[in-house]
Formats: sequence, C-alpha cells, structure tokens
Amino acid sequence: MTPSPFTERAQSVLRAREAPDARRAAKEFAAQASRDTAFQLEACVACGQCAEACHFYLVTRDPRYTPIYKLKPMLDTYRRERAPFSMVTRALGLAPPEVTAEELNEWSELLYDSCNLCGRCTLACPMGIDIAGLVRRAREGMSAAGFAPPDLYAVAERALESGSPMGVRWPALKRQIELQERETGLKIPVDAQGADYMLVLSSMEVIGFSEIIGALARIFQQAKVSWTIPSAGFEATNVGVQIGSRDVAAALLSRIVDAAERLKVKSVISPECGHAYSALRWEGPNLLGRPYSFKVVQIVELLDQLVREGRLRTRGKDTRRLTFHDPCQIVRRGGLQQAPRRLMNQVSDGFVEMQDSGAASFCCGGGGGVSAIHRAEQLRLAAFECKQRQVEAVGAEAIVTACSNCRDVLEEAIEQREMTLPVLGLTELVAQYLEPE
Amino acid sequence: MGVLEFARGPALWFSLAVMIAGSLWRIAGICQLGGRPDLSEPRSARLWAGAIRGIFSRMIPRKEFRHSGRIGGLNACVYHIGIAVIVLGYLPHIHFIGRLTGLLWPPLPAPVVYLAAGFTFVALFIALVERLTDPVLRLLSGFDDYFSWLVVFLPLATGMIAINQSYSPGAAPALPLDPRPLAIHLLSVELLFVWLPFGKLAHTFLVFISRGVTGAASARKGAAI
Repeated sequence: MTPSPFTERAQSVLRAREAPDARRAAKEFAAQASRDTAFQLEACVACGQCAEACHFYLVTRDPRYTPIYKLKPMLDTYRRERAPFSMVTRALGLAPPEVTAEELNEWSELLYDSCNLCGRCTLACPMGIDIAGLVRRAREGMSAAGFAPPDLYAVAERALESGSPMGVRWPALKRQIELQERETGLKIPVDAQGADYMLVLSSMEVIGFSEIIGALARIFQQAKVSWTIPSAGFEATNVGVQIGSRDVAAALLSRIVDAAERLKVKSVISPECGHAYSALRWEGPNLLGRPYSFKVVQIVELLDQLVREGRLRTRGKDTRRLTFHDPCQIVRRGGLQQAPRRLMNQVSDGFVEMQDSGAASFCCGGGGGVSAIHRAEQLRLAAFECKQRQVEAVGAEAIVTACSNCRDVLEEAIEQREMTLPVLGLTELVAQYLEPE
Repeated sequence: MGVLEFARGPALWFSLAVMIAGSLWRIAGICQLGGRPDLSEPRSARLWAGAIRGIFSRMIPRKEFRHSGRIGGLNACVYHIGIAVIVLGYLPHIHFIGRLTGLLWPPLPAPVVYLAAGFTFVALFIALVERLTDPVLRLLSGFDDYFSWLVVFLPLATGMIAINQSYSPGAAPALPLDPRPLAIHLLSVELLFVWLPFGKLAHTFLVFISRGVTGAASARKGAAI
C-alpha cells in the first residue's frame, strides 16, 4: 500500500488508544468549535424533542440516549474554553468542570454505540441544530484522545494497513471479478486509463454481495458506459469517518483520489454504501484540503440518470410486495430521495412505502460504525424494533436497499427476530430486469 | 428618585445596554471563531434559499415528529405565540416600545391579550412541570433552564398584577396611586433584558442563525431541510 502524507498522522491517532488523555480530547473538542458549529452548540434550549427521533431512545426509553445529551462533554468543553463568555465564567468559577477520563469512557458508549450518525434527530430539532454533524465532530476528540471503541481502532488499523476494513486485498477482488466475468460472459475493465467512470466498492460487497459487480457489468454493457475498477484504491468504505478521525479518513480517501487521478477518470462511482458516499462526496475535498479533479456520483444516482436518458432499459417487473429501506447517508443526509424511488417503480409492481419513509426513515441501527462495535450488538439489534414495526405494518415480502452495510445489518436483525423476508440490493434488482440485448 | 422613576430611567437604560452589548458580544464572539469554506461540489448553490427555508420550516414540526407523545413542542408554540400577542398587542406595551423606538401600531382588543396571558400563564406552568417530571428534560436541565423560565415568568406574573393600573390612551401614565406594581413589573422585564444574552434566552436570536446554517448546509447537499 502506497503511504500517503496523511498516513503518519493517522497512525498517531491509532497510538492514542494506548494512553487515553482527557486533556487532549478537550483540546480537540474546543478546536472543533468553528463558527457554524458554535452557533449550533449555543442554540440548544434543552427541549428534548430530539429524544423522540432517536431509535435508541425510543426502544430503551433511557434518557441518556437523548441525542443532544451525547454531546455533553463537547458542549461543556466549548462553554469552558471557547464560548464568548468563557473567560468571565472561568474567572467566576461558573464554567463547567474539565472533562475527565471517567466521563469520556462513559460517553464512548453514548457517542459511538448508541449513535448511527443517521441525522434523524437533526431533522427533528426545532432549533435546527445538526446534532448528527456535531456528534461526528465530537468523535474527532474521542478518537484523537484514545476514547473511541477498541473495535473501531482495530478496524482503522486494518484499513490503513491493508486498504480495507475487512482485510480485502486486490487478489481477493480479482478473484471475484474473474468469477463475475465467467458468470456474465463480459469483460470487466481493470485499471483502464481515461475511462468515464471509476467504480469503487465496499469490502462488504466484495465479500458478501459480489454479484453486484456482475450486475453493474451487465448494466454498463447495455448503457454503453465507459468504466473501470482500479486494482489499487478500490475500497470505498471509510472507517475514518465512523471513528471520527479526519486523519484516518483522509489517509483512506487519498487512495481513491490517487487512483482516480492516476487513471484520469471523469467520475468516481460511490457504491451501495451510505457512509462511503458521505466520505467521498461531501467530506472528501475538505479532508484533503482541495477540490477533486473528478466528479463523484452515487450508483443509484447514476442508474436513475441512465434510465432517464433512455440508455438503461428494463423489461418486466417484480410482482412481490417490495419496500425500500432508505440508507441515511444517501437519502436523508445525501439528498438522493427520489432517485431510488424512481428505480423501484421502474422494476417493481408492488412497491410500497413504509411509514415515515424517505427523509425521516429510521436507520437500520448499524450505521456510523455501530455494526463494527461488538459491545453494541444487543443495543443495535434492539434498535431494529423501530424498523421491524414499519416493515411489518406494510406487509412487505422483501426489503430493497442501496447500502451493503444496511443490507448486512438488516439480514442479521431479521434472522435474529425470526422474520422471513429477503433483503435485496437495488442495483442487482435493476440488473435482474434489464431488457435483453 | 422613586422606585418607578428608577425602573423607567436608569434601570431601563442599563438593562437595555446590557442586552444589546451582551447580544452583540455573544454573536461577535462566535463569529470570530471562523470557519473554512466547504470544498465539496454543491448540488445546489441556492444556499440563502435553503437558509430561509430552514428558518421557517422548523417553526412547525415535521409530520413524522408530531405524534411523539411529548407535549413540549405544542406547549412551546402556545407560550411563544402568547408572549408575542402580549408584548406586541397590548396597548401599554406598544406605548412602551413607542417611547423607545418611535414605532406605534394599533393594539389588539384587551380581552384578546388577557386571554393570551391566561394561556401563556398555564403553558409556562406546564413547561415547568414537564421539565421537572420528564426524565429526558430533567437530565438535560440545569440552572440556566430554570432561571430562564423564572425570568420569563416573572414579567408575566407581575404584569398580571399590574394590569389594574389605569392608562390614558396615547400617553405614559404619570404616577399611579400605587407605583409599586408597575415598578416591579418593569424591573422584572429589565431582569429579563439583562439575562437574555447570557443564557438560553439568547435563542431569541441564535435560533435564526442555527436554523439558517443547517438549512444552507442541507440545501448544499440537496438534503431534507
């Protein structure tokens, strides 16, 4: 793996877990308080409305899971060190006390295990506070100071070392590509210089749902899309965004950017992975400190565009009662609410919407790195109850989604709750109904 | 100098000065923290439209969150509207604002304002009871929350006591027979003015900035506002 200028800084974040340091966390919390962040930290009126939006609170009724409460260490630090009247309140002894290691250890559960960064609370806040965005910032302090969950440090270490959070290297992807080439009879371009689109994948797709590669090969064949997969920098997921470390995130992201610039592609396709889209599309240029020389397009967005341009044609429709699970980072936080619905209607006769679908949809429970935290497993599975009620209420025979992590988390929860319905990937569903050549 | 002269004179000007200077200090203190430009390619460049939409859309909860079982949202609407009716619709208050700013407008009928005061009084009590009994609100609440409640409640309560004072239309009353109720009412309002920039009552102005910032950021992504 080629080291990037960000790698050394990322390694220092990993070393923080060896000696957790509350003072360092406080310093980072304070540094995160930029103007826009501070306006939001200052605006809270402690109304508690955000609790009713959070699935972790709704299933447990534990007030500690109130989203804004999860920000208490960061908010206290801001009030103590950066707020406009902090000098006066400190001098008068009225400032909140400094955060302690004990407090941060307790908040590790609140900021990681019980938050998917799904942003439903943001939508509910009457003050317009982007609570999920603030939790993402608070995680910067937690990870830099050694208070993030050990599982996420381990995943970050593996990703930095191997390029993938699951240790998937190029030979493993190459084998899957060859398998899909045999299945489809199509040549899958690798490292093609000057292609219009470069496809990156999540490890979950490579290991668990590799049919998506063949599905895309067939779709792009019909739509005459010039595309390629890079042999280096193919991993789309970004644990840096989940653990909350801009250095880890930048180190991982720079590999994709290097590949895109090396191959001189016009666009990078973000795959069926919610937080990968968030990292690549919205955080990426800010992490690297420069705009991209290419565009980023989410796969659902691209498929929708190809259908609307008449380049992607389907025949027939699925007659089962299908419902769509909205990946939070693609729909609510990513702005792609209508594209997956147009695609669903393109290939389904029985598409039914769950209650509160779209922007206010419930998270699967595994986003924001929660699915990688073993100690959070029971809480995550409990939080699925909100989604389960909605799925059962519409009598869906299958759930379709556009995020491989959601898919994996939903499958596990469905099995645990002894429900009997499959979870399908939207891209594969579209490929299934392609008009024959 | 009598207590009413004090409340109408030095105390009023001092409290107004603290409120204005404190508010400006708070806003300037936040602004000086600075920020970096967002380098990601926007899906929409209509950021001001997003900000304005963010400011207005959050005034009414989204339909998905209306049946949360928490009464705070609806109750807050009642006392915010009630306070607006009392402050902006009651003739003596219009005269008070008029003396400070030169702006005058027609008042609402007094019974409407009295009704609003009644609703506001009840709603503020409900807000306090909910804050004291609801586990989420109890956990979130601190000195600022309870003190801010008090400094909003006091002008309402003292105003209701002072309501029997007679006023000649178009002019400030000279010296009522008993100046104390009005003086106490004015002093309670001045306490609110002094506290406003420093505690959560600053949401009076911060709410618009916070909503606007999030609205603009969401519009940039084409995301739900």
